[in-house]
Amino acid sequence: MKPDDRNIKWVVEPQLGLAGRMYLTPFIDGLTTTARHFFSTVAGGQMTRQFPEERPEFGNPLIYRGVHRLNKDEQGRVKCVACFLCATACPAHCIDIIGAEAPWNDREKYPLSFVIDELRCIYCGMCEEACPVDAVELTTLFDLTGASREEMIFDKEKLLSVYDQTIAQEPMRSRGGSGAFPRMPAKGA
Amino acid sequence: MDAWQVWLEPLIKIAIVIGALQGAVAYLILVERKAAAYIQDRLGPNRVGPWGLLQPIADGAKFLLKEEIIPAGADKVLFLLAPVSILATATVAFATIPFGYFVPWPGARPIELTIAPGLDIGLLFVFAVGSLGVYGVVLGGWASNSKYSLLGGLRSSAQLVSYEIPLGLSVIGVMLLSGSMRMETIMTAQAQSGWWWIALQPLGFAVFMVSGCAESARLPFDLPECEQELVGGYHTEYTAMKFGMFALAEYQHLITVAFLSVILYFGGWHVWGLAPFTEGNQVGLIGAAVRVAVLAIKVLLMILLFMWIRWSWPRFRYDQLMTVAWKVMIPLGLLNLVVSAVAQEFLAPNDYMTRCVLAWLAVGGCVLYAALFSNVAAPEPKRPQASPQA
Repeated sequence: MKPDDRNIKWVVEPQLGLAGRMYLTPFIDGLTTTARHFFSTVAGGQMTRQFPEERPEFGNPLIYRGVHRLNKDEQGRVKCVACFLCATACPAHCIDIIGAEAPWNDREKYPLSFVIDELRCIYCGMCEEACPVDAVELTTLFDLTGASREEMIFDKEKLLSVYDQTIAQEPMRSRGGSGAFPRMPAKGA
Repeated sequence: MDAWQVWLEPLIKIAIVIGALQGAVAYLILVERKAAAYIQDRLGPNRVGPWGLLQPIADGAKFLLKEEIIPAGADKVLFLLAPVSILATATVAFATIPFGYFVPWPGARPIELTIAPGLDIGLLFVFAVGSLGVYGVVLGGWASNSKYSLLGGLRSSAQLVSYEIPLGLSVIGVMLLSGSMRMETIMTAQAQSGWWWIALQPLGFAVFMVSGCAESARLPFDLPECEQELVGGYHTEYTAMKFGMFALAEYQHLITVAFLSVILYFGGWHVWGLAPFTEGNQVGLIGAAVRVAVLAIKVLLMILLFMWIRWSWPRFRYDQLMTVAWKVMIPLGLLNLVVSAVAQEFLAPNDYMTRCVLAWLAVGGCVLYAALFSNVAAPEPKRPQASPQA
């Protein structure tokens, strides 16, 4: 940047008045500022939230990115069709899916196993964006802990149980309808 | 002089003073954390016990249970000696702090509440022992076998040694006024004259406060460790209770400075209206209790002032720190000494009003001098010229 760049704003140090040069007003300014904050906190104006007792409010829960859940459809089946789009989109490579022939006739595949390593996940939300059937979603659960690393590797059952746990507070964000792909017509039909 | 008076009584007093001091330090740290939190719009520790009241115990347990590490290549003996020496000197300085005495029943021998009562060189003793703490700082920095510790130790020792001088100069005025270095006499002199020496020694008090702040490494002068800037200062390599001892010693220095400022400048246990309880030679149990309570309250207020200042004013740069010591505080201390000595020589011993006027005139002169000559605004910084190629 050149010295005569018009984006540079040149600031001149403020001149002290006589009282300032007597060192009096700067000292008193400092003391009154801290005293003001002290008494405003005493009066209950603190910024602190007592976390476990006071839960934080989410500005928009729909776009909050917490722990994942696997959504179920109206019949209680897992919505996922094992298309691997989320695993492909995942920048942290934390989604591991094993697909299998679906036992239902409205889709070709379903996930035999669906594992998310919650410790490896960076909670970017790309899987949610990628999912064509709105099966994987990020909830507002943020204070999930585990006593071991194994405990934090979530399998399909655990991800479905997160759905059961959160569906009452957070409805599905799906675009409506069943969302399932129609079974592709058989070749040569 | 029976065995009781020679051995047992001092031992009991030492036990009480050390116990009370450690407890006071622990809880003052809690108060400080609370005050800091409130000033910063936070709440501070409030999980351990109601209002965080058990926090000091948790902190102490943590200090005791953490791993003790002695760095490879450290000089083991000196490394262990440093925290011991710094804490020992800080505690010994407390031996002469007077808490008064009481007479259990009329005609009985008065029981002194001080470990070493009536020491004629009391003030000198506190300064001498207090300044021994520098050895702990230097030893700790040097024995750690770490360049960061060594640099931190050098910074701190330079600061502590520099501020010894104005600290000593500032109290000479008080000694002249009271005619003694005995702290009991200094307090009695203030009570008898009806003036607290703060009114007659404002310049001395200012120098004393600044130097005392610097000696106990409180925030405007906490260059030894400055939390936000340094690796950690001379105690970088210390862990667990050894680090805790450094922290304790620093806090005890603060308490000592607060006690000294109250005794020297705020009349000790003297308060107008409470004189019937606190003055006189035949002080009973109630009088002694009132004395200790008044002293403790004044000291607490002083410490709260230190805590308040800590979060209000920014830290000095290192060169500014040295400038303040050598070019400002020492001349001010000398001026105070000259004014006090001249007043002592030419004024009547009980002419406190003229002394007061003289002292405040000196303060006004210094402030005006600062405003008019020494502290002119910095010139406007030169803008770099646009280069011809531009």
